[in-house]
Amino acid sequence: MTTAPAPPASAPPAPARRRRPSARHLVLLPLSLLMVVPFVYMLGASVMTRAQLNRFPPPLVPPGMDLTGYRELLSDSEFPRWFLNSVLVAGAIVTSQVVLCSMAGYAFARLRFSGRRTALVLVIATTLIPFQLTVIPTFLIFHRLHLINTLGALIAPQLASALGVYLMTSFFQNFPRELEEAARIDGCSRWGVFFRVVLPVARPALVALAVITFIYAWNDLFWPLVAISSSENYTVQAGLTTFQGQHRADWPQIMAGTVLTTVPVLIVFLVGQRRFVQALAGAVKG
Amino acid sequence: MSALLSTGRSDRGTSARSGRGPGRRGGPGRRRRLTDEAAGWSFAGPSTLLVLGFSLLPMGWALRLSLTDSDLVTEGQGVGLDNYRALADDPVFWRSIRNTLELTGLYIPISLLLGLGIALLLNKPIRGIGFYRACFLVPFVASAAAEGLLMAFVFDKDFGVVNGLITRAGLPAQGFLDDPSQAMFVITGIFIWTQFGFNVVIYLAALQEIPAEVLEAAAIDGAGPWRTFRHIVVPSVRPISLFLAVWGLIDCLQFFDLLMTSTKGGPVNSTITIVYYVWQLAFEYFTAGYGAAVAYALFAGSLVAIVIGLVFGRRKGFLL
Repeated sequence: MTTAPAPPASAPPAPARRRRPSARHLVLLPLSLLMVVPFVYMLGASVMTRAQLNRFPPPLVPPGMDLTGYRELLSDSEFPRWFLNSVLVAGAIVTSQVVLCSMAGYAFARLRFSGRRTALVLVIATTLIPFQLTVIPTFLIFHRLHLINTLGALIAPQLASALGVYLMTSFFQNFPRELEEAARIDGCSRWGVFFRVVLPVARPALVALAVITFIYAWNDLFWPLVAISSSENYTVQAGLTTFQGQHRADWPQIMAGTVLTTVPVLIVFLVGQRRFVQALAGAVKG
Repeated sequence: MSALLSTGRSDRGTSARSGRGPGRRGGPGRRRRLTDEAAGWSFAGPSTLLVLGFSLLPMGWALRLSLTDSDLVTEGQGVGLDNYRALADDPVFWRSIRNTLELTGLYIPISLLLGLGIALLLNKPIRGIGFYRACFLVPFVASAAAEGLLMAFVFDKDFGVVNGLITRAGLPAQGFLDDPSQAMFVITGIFIWTQFGFNVVIYLAALQEIPAEVLEAAAIDGAGPWRTFRHIVVPSVRPISLFLAVWGLIDCLQFFDLLMTSTKGGPVNSTITIVYYVWQLAFEYFTAGYGAAVAYALFAGSLVAIVIGLVFGRRKGFLL
């Protein structure tokens, strides 16, 4: 929260340079706070009582701290199970993408083999295929494999991604060659070079890929809703949809659920913010 | 993206040369080439197979499916182009198209202007830029499912906080998501809130690429803020604007998650979008064949829209 206060009246030096930024803050501060106010309200509502939330007009700030919503959510609903499922699914997807996409990116950027360019173009072109077009057959594929309603069905389609391959390919194209060459001369195998020399140096890019992948995997709703038929195998996002309608009056519990669903992704985002932003911006400039 | 692909080509040129000539580290060229092939494909193969397998295979299958009356579980009978013909007389299909167009028509211009405006404000050495950027990205990062529930709560007509504020200000309470004439606009506003932080970040990166000398030269020539914006900033970010417009179009065409936890397409289909309709057809009504046809119609339409957008947008310089 390093927001510049209005310039003190008793500070004469360099007024021209200080006045402009502070005018920007006057616009930016309210706008940026407006973006997060709904989440602050969500947090507040999660600690209000049902009676307080069913009153009109509703209170803007919680009159007290009431944790009934959280207690009911964690003991009476399947939320803990959904949370565990989300952690398992997102964890498996992130691990697999970091390994597979960095391998592919390294190969596309650095190794020579036939069909390399065609394969890369095809992979990138698949981003134009909308998911709603592939979702019905993908469901049918997993149905035939008897994997519908398992966590495996949630993980398998996301083991690698075009975006991940693309990000890692552009990263490895700007990667210094000297290190690998030195290791090769010292008699290291291709795999040895990759795992012992390249990957450790590529850590910033791997973190960026992991953060992006986690955010997408954690937030996905469409596919879990399609692929999972019994609520015990839901992820948190799919679980949230069961709240709408069923517990319509139970807003403290619903808000507790949205808080606990949002917190992990916010933590990952805030910790990896710099890498996340660089990767987004870099993917576009590529 | 084009830079990436062209670099690929030049790399291949050098590899062909070194393959033909005497290898720097010796060894018979043929055997080295074979091990290179094996190494390359063992690294790139798994991702390539997974990505292509989960896109091209279903894409072909969906086309076949769209020519049947499959009920999702059984194969169904071939019905030729009947599914596509039925689209013409399906009021819900047309409603979903209208809603999706409304969403796109409002979302793209507003989110681009807001994104560029805020990026311009942030594009000076400014204290707390990390804080601001985080604030604008939080709704983008949080899940649309949670945001849909949150907004259904905030905009609830009977005890939502927005109506609370409106009535406290002495104005009449609104129906919002329960009012068919308002719901699509409210949803569009929520969607803009969730997504435009992405535009801020991308525009900010583009603005920082504009060389400082160009801006200084403009200032020396006496260009004011408006002329600098009009003649330097807008042309420099035009390719990015085009990219963000196409990206926004794809986002609008796939608009689903927010609906699922807020309006579920209602009231009376007033917020139903094409994707939501595809989902309903396949997984609620079990008319997978028809659902696949709707999805294919959407895919064809969006490809045409993207191509027109790219060609037209680039030639006319329409987009910012």
